[in-house]
Amino acid sequence: MRFQLTEDQRALRDGVRGLLARRFGAEALRAAVDRPGLDRGLWRELGAAGFFSLCLSEAEGGVGLGLPEAVLVFEEAGRALLPGPLVATHLAAGEIPGAATGEVVVTAVGGGGLVEWLDEADVVVGEAGEAVELRSVDPLTPLHRVPGADSSVRPDDLFVLLTAAEQLGTAVRACEAAVQHARTREQFGRPVGAFQAVKHLCAELLVRVEVARAAVYAAAVTADPVDIAAARLLADEAAVRGARDCLQVHGGMGFTWEADVHLCLKRAWVRAERGGSITQSEELLAGELLIEAG
Amino acid sequence: MDLTHSPAEEEFRARLREWLAKVLPTLPPKPSPDDWPGRRAYDLGWQRMLYDAGYADVHWDASPTMRLIFLEETERAGAPYVGAGFVGLLHAGPTIAAEGTAEQRARWLPPILRGEEVWCQGFSEPDAGSDLAALRTRARRDGDEYVVTGSKIWTSHAEVADWCELLVRTDAEAPKHRGISWLAMPMDTPGVTVRPLRTLAGSTEFAEVFLDEVRVPVANRVGEENDGWRVTMVTLSFERGTAFVGEVVACRRALGEVAREARANGRWDDSVVRRRLGRLNAEFRTLWRLTQWNVSAAESSGGVPGVGGSVFKLRYSRARQELYDVAADVLGPDALDLGRGWVLDRLSSLSYTIAAGTSEIQRNIVGERILGLPKG
Repeated sequence: MRFQLTEDQRALRDGVRGLLARRFGAEALRAAVDRPGLDRGLWRELGAAGFFSLCLSEAEGGVGLGLPEAVLVFEEAGRALLPGPLVATHLAAGEIPGAATGEVVVTAVGGGGLVEWLDEADVVVGEAGEAVELRSVDPLTPLHRVPGADSSVRPDDLFVLLTAAEQLGTAVRACEAAVQHARTREQFGRPVGAFQAVKHLCAELLVRVEVARAAVYAAAVTADPVDIAAARLLADEAAVRGARDCLQVHGGMGFTWEADVHLCLKRAWVRAERGGSITQSEELLAGELLIEAG
Repeated sequence: MDLTHSPAEEEFRARLREWLAKVLPTLPPKPSPDDWPGRRAYDLGWQRMLYDAGYADVHWDASPTMRLIFLEETERAGAPYVGAGFVGLLHAGPTIAAEGTAEQRARWLPPILRGEEVWCQGFSEPDAGSDLAALRTRARRDGDEYVVTGSKIWTSHAEVADWCELLVRTDAEAPKHRGISWLAMPMDTPGVTVRPLRTLAGSTEFAEVFLDEVRVPVANRVGEENDGWRVTMVTLSFERGTAFVGEVVACRRALGEVAREARANGRWDDSVVRRRLGRLNAEFRTLWRLTQWNVSAAESSGGVPGVGGSVFKLRYSRARQELYDVAADVLGPDALDLGRGWVLDRLSSLSYTIAAGTSEIQRNIVGERILGLPKG
């Protein structure tokens, strides 16, 4: 058993992190908030870098890597708050021509009948004919909703897992931002991170990140539906609670539009819906207890 | 990232499983919690069986993965817990192995492995619990002996221990972390008095130990004089890093039992109960994955567990309390009956966020040593 990143996996993660830092850093993120719309140039660059074709075999023009690698890449996307229907396009790469290279943007009808980026997508997976536009809470995820969509349908496991990986990445970002702020912001003559009340918020942020990481990576290795349900629950918790605690650590600044914290929280909310009903995941995990117990 | 085991590891698992199936039915009945001589005999008897079968040193010499397999299989089979051997096998032993002289290792390690001697831990004091370095028990040098006076508290197994891993202050003038030494003290030395403490669960899990002019040979000091804090940190990293690993498997087993009980008594029909059980399943599955992650990290960095243990302990101690709260919900009014299963476990679980470093101390460790936040 060697449940650690291999050298290749580390290199892949660092490569993606570098690419996203160059192409979608803090300024690009704010620019995207001010001018919503999908950056097709960036999308094609991601395609050229293998972002969408990562798991396709080399015969299919892909990179031939596995789920663990996909999870690492989507964690980085989540950390960068990279916008767009990334998971849907990735999963369509073998099926819809042009998706793998980033020429074609694919979206899908997800949990609760939600469709992200409907107006900008070239292809929609699922029936979105009657979709109604929502005023999306997340400035970087335009949303439509299909009325009467069957909410009991469980999203595809890979869809859920890659979404959980993005949640993990956003949780990492929230933790990093909270710690950075706590180290530098001074009140009462010292950094606020010296106060236990703040320090302990930061510590719990990290605990949730590390727990979610173990769950997401393990689910990527086993691809087991129960592991994926566990990963989803813990990654949602890490991202949503992490962003809220990060906001709290930032104090009044955290409540402003200028701070990036709200972008983490809003994206985490959108993805928590994308994973389908939380109750379903919990019920799946509960049911497994009886199966395992016999 | 890989979760599969090598052929050698799988062979180890199969052999262990076969051995457990053979020997567990031959064990005597478990003694009651307050029967300390009985508990000592039972726990040491189990250690002796492990020794004879070649598994005694699995906590020390086996690879972390082998150790993980050992804990997984013994828990799954319902084998006895390390019990009275805990401090010797998981604290004092590893510390002596890492910091002791050749003579000290030869004197103390074999009896621990053979299940012949019980150790207890003399770290905490009435006025120095979480602030461990504030300890006041004094050791005055007199020739080739230290003369120790003071008191210790929360000393598990003190009633039946042969040895105590004792922290004493050997330099009262030095800064509080610098004047401490680590001694091995025989519990039958004149001047040692043990007074059992009764826990809220009604049992006597630990004791106060009073030390009045107790003479301990200087040769019993592990590490340099006044270097005991560093030696202690070695001990604590073992405690926080790996000591709770086996219990995750036990929790997963207990969770399955709670689910079966819920199905039997109709509480399973309540979706709130099912959802809480489902969440706990996610929690304990993941704590096991986190364990595998930490073990793999330790394996690639040379074996000594690091501060990652604090992350694990924070989450684990809370999850375990939640487990027994859900169990109480499943039991309903029976949760008020000490004769029912899990009720004592529920009471005992209240210590998990306090013992071996409170959750608040663990958060300080995570905040300062992992995240690099300034000290308060």
